[in-house]
Amino acid sequence: MTPKITHRMWNRLGLFFVAIVMISPVILFFVWMISLSLKYEIDNGAYPPILIPENIAWSNYAKVFEENNFLLYFWNSILVTGAATFLALVIGVPAGYGIARLKAEKAAMVIMIARMTPGLSFLIPLFLLFQWMNLLGTLWPQIIIHLVVTVPIVVWIMIGYFETTPKELEEAASIDGATSWQVFRLVALPIAKPGIVVAFILAVIFSWNNFVFGIVLASRETRTLPVAVYNMLSFEQVSWGPLAAAALIVTLPVLVLTMFAQKQIVAGLTAGAVKGG
Amino acid sequence: MASVTIEPTAAGDLAAKGGKPQRLAPNYWPFVVPALVVIGAVIVFPWVFTLWMSVNSWTLGQEQTFAGLDNYIRLAGDMRFWESMWHTLIYTALSVIAPLILGTLAALIFDGEFPLRGFLRGVFVMPMMATPVAIALVWTMMFHPQLGVLNYLLSLVGIGAQEWIYNQSTVIPALVLVETWQWTPLIMLIVLGGLAAVPREPYESAEIDGANAWQKFRYLTLPMIAPFLMIGVIIRSIDAVKSFDIIYAMTQGGPGTASETINIYLYNTAFSYYDIGYGSAMAVVFFFVIIALSFVLMMVRARTNWSDMEDR
Repeated sequence: MTPKITHRMWNRLGLFFVAIVMISPVILFFVWMISLSLKYEIDNGAYPPILIPENIAWSNYAKVFEENNFLLYFWNSILVTGAATFLALVIGVPAGYGIARLKAEKAAMVIMIARMTPGLSFLIPLFLLFQWMNLLGTLWPQIIIHLVVTVPIVVWIMIGYFETTPKELEEAASIDGATSWQVFRLVALPIAKPGIVVAFILAVIFSWNNFVFGIVLASRETRTLPVAVYNMLSFEQVSWGPLAAAALIVTLPVLVLTMFAQKQIVAGLTAGAVKGG
Repeated sequence: MASVTIEPTAAGDLAAKGGKPQRLAPNYWPFVVPALVVIGAVIVFPWVFTLWMSVNSWTLGQEQTFAGLDNYIRLAGDMRFWESMWHTLIYTALSVIAPLILGTLAALIFDGEFPLRGFLRGVFVMPMMATPVAIALVWTMMFHPQLGVLNYLLSLVGIGAQEWIYNQSTVIPALVLVETWQWTPLIMLIVLGGLAAVPREPYESAEIDGANAWQKFRYLTLPMIAPFLMIGVIIRSIDAVKSFDIIYAMTQGGPGTASETINIYLYNTAFSYYDIGYGSAMAVVFFFVIIALSFVLMMVRARTNWSDMEDR
């Protein structure tokens, strides 16, 4: 081994350890979260804190489902996120295509402002609207209001994506007599699949994580998971174990998705940002 | 499609001259209309409705009356509102600066080569995607003054117990700690994108000139990633100013009103006191604060790009 190679190896190893230090708050947090969720009350109240308990409290997880109707809330979350994402893709992907091809700057601007507006300012009018329409108590208000989150994400990502796909093929197809719809359906859409995957993943994550709409619109039977886990707090003397277990159940689907679709998420989150640079 | 043998643009010219049967100009509007309808219903309608309610006096369950600018005048004299503005300002400033510094540092590290780089980057990105409420609950347990793990860790290095979110003077920094933990990765990703475009050559000549690591960062890297940092500042500012989940789940604006930002006060006004008119006026003002903030930041960004171009 030449000195130069060993030097490089040490550099890489050094950087590795610096990186570990950098991400240690993330690792420590999630390790502690898991630890909290697997401890009995007595171990969670111990000082100094215990990382790995002698008796592992798997029962915390069972408790979450038994005592808090979590299965129902899990199902609600799936329905709300699923419907809001599906609807956003159905209307948002063609819209992104249209806006990109029309170069409709004003429409893009509305989407941008919608993304900047705080969710709360949509909530007051829509809350009243749902009340008048007598929809409160069903899942519909939440599905509809989640469109405020999912539609702008999907449209925004798809505008960016369709701007980069070549127009030549589409023009060729329309010369061959294809209608606008056929061009979109048979030429533009298949090429845009990676963009659609990115839009889908981000819409799912942001809809799943949404909390503010649920605390106002959800009733006892229509809570989504983030609202359900927050409501566990309202019981006095709540024990930490089941609460941490519930928190983990809520966020686990998203974390798994993040790990598997890391590349798409990174692309989606930086696309808008970097493109403007 | 195989039948197309001539350049599409040439074909277009031909069609324009009338040499070929006219093809219809593609009509893209039908693709946009469904989305416009939905956006009109769930986004534009609420904007207009909020504006209308802000000039009405209306508490849920009571008579609604036209109030003109009364709500706005009341807002101007509302000390609690000005305090919430101040909290928002501090919270936002800290939540931009801390992730910016740490995120840039992380990007410089992850720009290098080392074992397990992709995997570690994936771990680092996780907080950003995790459900904020779930995260906030666990942080609340970690902040617990007696049983929390953070005070224990501090005691190991000889620092006394803190009250974190349970003390008026430390609540905002404690919340910013969570916000920073969650959003540093976004800055890292944005800056990493900038670093990828940085050329190698200037560094080689700088090394020959005997520049140290700090000088290389200060005079070479920093100017080149400046536009990306600016984008990071813009995105982070807009997100931090309307931060809700973490603050609401951990403190609900407390202790007292020590961490009540505009967004939290707005929520309390509209959905705890059901003062819809006043809440709407607050929403309108808040909306314009955000638009103004983004506008200023975009201007600054345009100026930075401009001076960059002049330098070259």
